[in-house]
Amino acid sequence: MIQFILRRLAVAIPTLLVLIVVSFMLMKMAPGNPFAGEKNVPQAVLDNIFARYGLDKPEWQQLLEYVYNVVFRFDFGPSFQYRDRTVNDIIAQGFPVTFTYGAWAFVLAALIGVSLGIVAAVRQNSWADYFAVGVTIGAQVVPNFVMAPLLVLVFTLWLRWLPGGGWNGGHWSNVILPVIALSTSYMANIARITRSSMLEVLSSNYIRTARAKGLPSRQVIFEHALRPALLPVVSYLGPVFVGMVTGSVVIDLYFSTGGIGQAFVNSALNRDYSTILGITVLLGALTIAANLIVDILYAWIDPKIQL
Amino acid sequence: MAQVLTVKDLSVRFALHESEVTAVDGLNFALEAGETLAVVGESGSGKSQAFMALMGLLAKNGSVSGQALLGDVDLLNLSKTALNEYRGRDVAMIFQDPMTSLNPALRIKQQLAEVLVRHKGQDAKEAERNSIAMLERVGIPEPAKRANAYPHQMSGGMRQRVMIAMALLCQPKILIADEPTTALDVTVQAQMLDLFKSLTDDFGTALVLITHDLGVVAGVADRMMVMYGGRSVEKGTVDDLFYDPRHPYTLGLLHSTPHIAKRAARLDPIQGLPPSLEHLPKGCSFNPRCAFAFDRCIAERPPLTEAGPGRQKACFYEGPMAYGKVA
Amino acid sequence: MLADTRIDGVAKAEAITPTKGRSLWRDAGYRFVRNRAALVSLFVLLGVVVFTIVGPFFARWSIEKIDWSVVGNVLSKGYPSVETGHFFGTDEVGRDLYSRVIQGTQVSLMVGIIGAGIAVIVGTIYGAVAGYFGGRIDSLMMRFVDILYSIPYMFILILLLIIFGRSFVMLFVGVGLISWLGMARVVRGQTLTLKNREFVEAAIATGAKPLTVIFRHIVPNLLGIVVVYATLLVPEMILLESFISFLGLGVQEPNTSLGALISEGSRTMQYGTIWQLIFPLVFFVTILFTFFFVGDGLRDALDPKDR
Repeated sequence: MIQFILRRLAVAIPTLLVLIVVSFMLMKMAPGNPFAGEKNVPQAVLDNIFARYGLDKPEWQQLLEYVYNVVFRFDFGPSFQYRDRTVNDIIAQGFPVTFTYGAWAFVLAALIGVSLGIVAAVRQNSWADYFAVGVTIGAQVVPNFVMAPLLVLVFTLWLRWLPGGGWNGGHWSNVILPVIALSTSYMANIARITRSSMLEVLSSNYIRTARAKGLPSRQVIFEHALRPALLPVVSYLGPVFVGMVTGSVVIDLYFSTGGIGQAFVNSALNRDYSTILGITVLLGALTIAANLIVDILYAWIDPKIQL
Repeated sequence: MAQVLTVKDLSVRFALHESEVTAVDGLNFALEAGETLAVVGESGSGKSQAFMALMGLLAKNGSVSGQALLGDVDLLNLSKTALNEYRGRDVAMIFQDPMTSLNPALRIKQQLAEVLVRHKGQDAKEAERNSIAMLERVGIPEPAKRANAYPHQMSGGMRQRVMIAMALLCQPKILIADEPTTALDVTVQAQMLDLFKSLTDDFGTALVLITHDLGVVAGVADRMMVMYGGRSVEKGTVDDLFYDPRHPYTLGLLHSTPHIAKRAARLDPIQGLPPSLEHLPKGCSFNPRCAFAFDRCIAERPPLTEAGPGRQKACFYEGPMAYGKVA
Repeated sequence: MLADTRIDGVAKAEAITPTKGRSLWRDAGYRFVRNRAALVSLFVLLGVVVFTIVGPFFARWSIEKIDWSVVGNVLSKGYPSVETGHFFGTDEVGRDLYSRVIQGTQVSLMVGIIGAGIAVIVGTIYGAVAGYFGGRIDSLMMRFVDILYSIPYMFILILLLIIFGRSFVMLFVGVGLISWLGMARVVRGQTLTLKNREFVEAAIATGAKPLTVIFRHIVPNLLGIVVVYATLLVPEMILLESFISFLGLGVQEPNTSLGALISEGSRTMQYGTIWQLIFPLVFFVTILFTFFFVGDGLRDALDPKDR
């Protein structure tokens, strides 16, 4: 088990370093400097600013220092845009929001998606199956940035049940629409994957054996079929995580929830390079960590993978 | 001897896109306690489907009619839940492919113990102990250790032994083995047949051996039933049918089997292909391939009739049969 | 007489199960045509394409000309109407939505097809080479793909767009960079199985060079799976572009894309100008739907698993 995790880490850590280096270099390739907007700044002042941000050193040294600070001190440096805030401050403000609706969306997508998929497979060609298949096809073409306005149209503008934006300290009424908008398409995809893999497992020889033993259907489905059927679902969880991280940008933008996506887009528009870099690196690290967890989970479910 | 299973007029049909296919057509047979019945036929003869139907394991587009009396319970007339009481306890089944017939995600002991928990109401510990004892009984070395293994860690022969152990846990009245040795190495096949024989004798279990391999039948079975095109064409003791076949198809099967001991110059296989069930020939379904067929065989379907003490055949031809030397 | 019946019978028995020799592609074509959803989708899709070509000839307004008569009164005067020549109404600043939707559809289709095109070329070659050579080269090449895969791409893409400015070229480069990864994986897997087939071994045995074997024997046999995957990739690329346009980072004004139009429409729907959302949305959903169905139909038609 430990060896397995170490082997995966041996891939994950270089990946993270590559991510940091590439993002950093992209940043350096950007035309102009972050302070170009300020007119008539005396050279002495500019030098001062540069020195303060460490921009006067050679670039390789900047890179090394950046990597060192991020990896060992979890310090993403100062924001280039807001003089009185660090990138850490900005992340600390947005992250809890994103985490709240993101975690809800992830859990809901997984739970409802898997349940819907199982029901559809077990009751193949029933109304539940048709419903699941219909929802799946529908959700494939309704991405979160279409879902969000549609939800607001129905629940805010027509029914007036829920607020169409804001965070309000995470009040439940403000959380519902972001969670639904973010999770729907993944829920549908999980349902589709679960359904088809469940159908395949249910027609397998070992399920026939379980039936021949006289086990009740419930036991056949949940003890014999579910675990093997979940393997493709588990490997899809990695992409779901990435998708939700990306989707948070849309959610924050559309619902003004003030999460990390909003911080990213704001800093992008303000050319606040250090913040963009910091958020990219942080989310990249989270993604890599999520993939690692998915790998371990997969190995735990599938006994054929030696831990 | 007492009959444990009486099957009357068993038919199995499959709905296809726009048509229907009859895989088993009006099958009748009885199984006596403790005996071994071999069911022989080519693929597509309906031999597997007939017993899948008894176990309630037909594919979704399959339907079944007739009666299968286990004591005074009609297996074909039970609800799914009620049938679950009997399968695994009174009637057990072993399948052809041991490589894929065990759940890859569960340990061997789990897959065994759950049968005892379900049918004998044993608690987990007791069930596990009994499972390990049964594994030992089927000849698995270090059973306590192997019980913790997953199926992919075992060889095909070992897995088939596990399947046998699983099927015999409740000492069933009937064990149906569908081509149990086909997927195994020849050297393992003989061991496995011995194991079948000794265990079913010990438990007084009646064994139904579904196979296309007459070599398997010769060593193990008491009686045999030959199936063709969804019907039984000849029934009787193994000795009678082997030494004095009365149906041309039985004869053909015998001549298609190589005998190492006999060293015939060459085999005399049956000509042609098994019929498609969608287009069964009129009259006797074997007539297009039969060397002895005459007008009546093409016009009428021969019924299964007495052909001597304890044997039956479905054939109009009464003359002598010398295979390969006709015409 | 008996012998005659017998020979006759054998002939009959063999005639019952004829083995028809049909080519893979004709067989697939036959299956595809029988799949009604896929066939209808294909025609609808062709209809949309024809519309984007023919539609402009009927337009009475260009994409950027502002109709001053509706400015300020978009809700009461800018609704869809044949009289004013705004068949789909106008947008918030009085530009003709009919022309804009046509252009948006063109852009979205182009992004999808070019993205899929890059994926086909780069992904197929990369995957085929990795799969064919196997061993260390394979694991190195696929590890690289793994690393790229586990990076949250959208952020890198947004970074690129901010740094190098928004343009068609940048958008295509960005989309193309992402699209080939999945294709490379699929192709590699297929190549691994093809590599051990007799005809490939025969080619190697006759002394064909590796590149000849790859392009003569392996790539043509990959065509089926590549076509299917590419068809399913097009809607994904369209989604990607729309997402970027939704964030306001896609094509630049006055040019537009469906994502940008949906974004504008969703922002203005609360004023009651719902057609600004509906028209681009209908085109968007139609294109995605039809591509998914065509792709699905192709997969069913070509999938060797089914045969």
